[in-house]
Amino acid sequence: MDVGLLGQYVANGLMLGVIYAMVAVGFTLFFGVLDIIKFSHGDVLTVGAFTGLATFIGLQMIGVASPWFQVFIIIIVAVAATGFLGALIAKYLVLPLRSAPPLNILLLTLMLGAALRECVRLFYPQGANPKPFPRLLPQDSLALGSFTLRLDNVILLGAGIGAIAAVHLVITRTRLGLAIRAVAQDAETARIMGIHFDRVVLLTFALGSGLAALAGVMNGLYYNEINFSIGLLLGVIGFSAAVVGGLGNIYGAILGGFLFAALQTIGAVLLPAIFPGLPSAYKDVFAFAVVIGFMAWRPTGLIAERTAERV
Amino acid sequence: MRISFLACAAAIALAGSAFAQQKQTVKLAFIGPLTGGVSANGIGGRNSADLAVRLRNEDPKAKYKYELVSLDDECKPNIAVQAATKAASDKSVIAGVTHYCSVTAIATVDTYHKFGFPVVVWGAVLPDITYRNKYAEVHRVNGTMINQNDVAAKFMTGQGFKRWVVIHDTTDYGKAHDKYFTEYLTKYGGQVVGRFGVTADQQDFTAELTKAKELKPEVIYFGGLTPIGVRIRSQMERLGIHAVFQGTSGIKSDSYIEGLGNKLAEGSLSFIEGAPWEKLPGGLYFTGKYAQAKYDQGPEAYGPFAFAAATLLMDTIEKVGPDRKRVIAELAKVKDKESIIGKITFDDHGQNIVPLISKYVAQDGKWMIWEDSEYGKGTRKLK
Repeated sequence: MDVGLLGQYVANGLMLGVIYAMVAVGFTLFFGVLDIIKFSHGDVLTVGAFTGLATFIGLQMIGVASPWFQVFIIIIVAVAATGFLGALIAKYLVLPLRSAPPLNILLLTLMLGAALRECVRLFYPQGANPKPFPRLLPQDSLALGSFTLRLDNVILLGAGIGAIAAVHLVITRTRLGLAIRAVAQDAETARIMGIHFDRVVLLTFALGSGLAALAGVMNGLYYNEINFSIGLLLGVIGFSAAVVGGLGNIYGAILGGFLFAALQTIGAVLLPAIFPGLPSAYKDVFAFAVVIGFMAWRPTGLIAERTAERV
Repeated sequence: MRISFLACAAAIALAGSAFAQQKQTVKLAFIGPLTGGVSANGIGGRNSADLAVRLRNEDPKAKYKYELVSLDDECKPNIAVQAATKAASDKSVIAGVTHYCSVTAIATVDTYHKFGFPVVVWGAVLPDITYRNKYAEVHRVNGTMINQNDVAAKFMTGQGFKRWVVIHDTTDYGKAHDKYFTEYLTKYGGQVVGRFGVTADQQDFTAELTKAKELKPEVIYFGGLTPIGVRIRSQMERLGIHAVFQGTSGIKSDSYIEGLGNKLAEGSLSFIEGAPWEKLPGGLYFTGKYAQAKYDQGPEAYGPFAFAAATLLMDTIEKVGPDRKRVIAELAKVKDKESIIGKITFDDHGQNIVPLISKYVAQDGKWMIWEDSEYGKGTRKLK
């Protein structure tokens, strides 16, 4: 295979991978802090993307024309609004059920996801229809043989990696991160040491949800289209990526995201080549099957969360 | 004396209003995708059927007052069966103008047959809808994809293209497009160098398109509907694939051009059954009346077919009365019936025999009839 095409596959996979990794990092944050699986995470991403689109329409109406300024405001509003939604979910739905069986929270967030999805469908004007997302980033491209490098792809990839790195820095280098890690390790001891448990949980949910909103806006800017069900598959893929990487471990979530994207790309290209007549539509079947294989091989994930249990 | 005068006036007024209301109300169902990715086509079809009903109700010679009951099939087979059952099980609904999506039309034929509910399909092109069974209830005013792909393959090979990559969705609709197009392309000397079956709600096509890029096709043929057509064309640009984008009737929609913008849509091709109705006298009448009615959205490509289907059903009911069995029996006799889409003749499977296929190209943000376009006249080239 030509090097240019190989580079193109890698670039495509990296773009997909960074979006999956951003969703997976959210799952891992929630699990790390509260040991819960928030199944509404994908739909929170949808809310973020639609908030971004509504903001764009608002900016158009008031006459803001600069694409860079539009992107900036869209991201700020989407991340802030969705982060606030995440904190609300934590305060009124997750924290009150903290002592309930984990299955209850799982079911609750699953139903919340369906409710959010339906709200977008019903309350956003003509929300059942796919919505064109504006092309706000520069469309310039550079052809290097059979490899085409788009400036908007580079910007989105950089933004995604930057966002994940920023979350990582917050977790590892700040007082908030220290508090999050303390709560994740032992909530009771953290409380005794003076950490405001509820506040840390709310901020963690706001952080994870804000990251999902950014992923939603990036998804819109990349594909130039969003619809009310984008979060459904992204949520499942993000969760699978977090699990296969090692739920609770941020590096695991990143690895899982890129791994899943690589599996989809390989599935789309190799399946029809190896089995003529088999459509590339089976790429998701292939990717999920391999993930099942990984989970059987490493049940705690490729990079398991470091835990110590004293007996 | 005064009291008796008032009583007489009241009696005359009541008799007058009773006379005005004495027309029996007959319900017709419209079923199509009113929400979802292809809702522009569904709403265009619904508006067109509604226009036919409005015009008929304005006609003082009409024996009945008609009411259109609109149901959304969301372009999903399970939802369509629910909508079909709802319409067919309501005895007050006499007949239906049904389905734009092939997956919904094929899923519901058994329901219509079971309930003895006469329908005229207005947009779905899968041949099996009329030809898999011989159901007296099922008719179709638009043509099938067989002729469409025959003409498409002959036309494109005639333009000098030789290498194709086929991308189709993996529904019966997409697979049938792949089957018939490949069959005719091979017959006319073209070559399919790669084939990709994708899901009907897929978002990312970069892996398939990168593989397609490697195969260096001159044309990418797409057998599917507008939403993923928009995504594929958009991602072709993203990957720097310079091939002609050839769609089917499934992308002949204003929302295809709106979704891509004029620049990206430029030069895309689509093929649709029937004469170019914009040029027929009936077509001009339709567009004029549609504009007068001030609907929010345009009729889209299959609106005239929905209008023709609704008109045909109302003509039939006018003739034989609001009785499902009689309507079915009468529809079986339809031959050379004038309509805005040309003459309608149903064969023994209820399929309108439409010999003509129209070719369209997107030019400057509009679908233009090929022969009238600058591409057809040779001043622009497909690339």
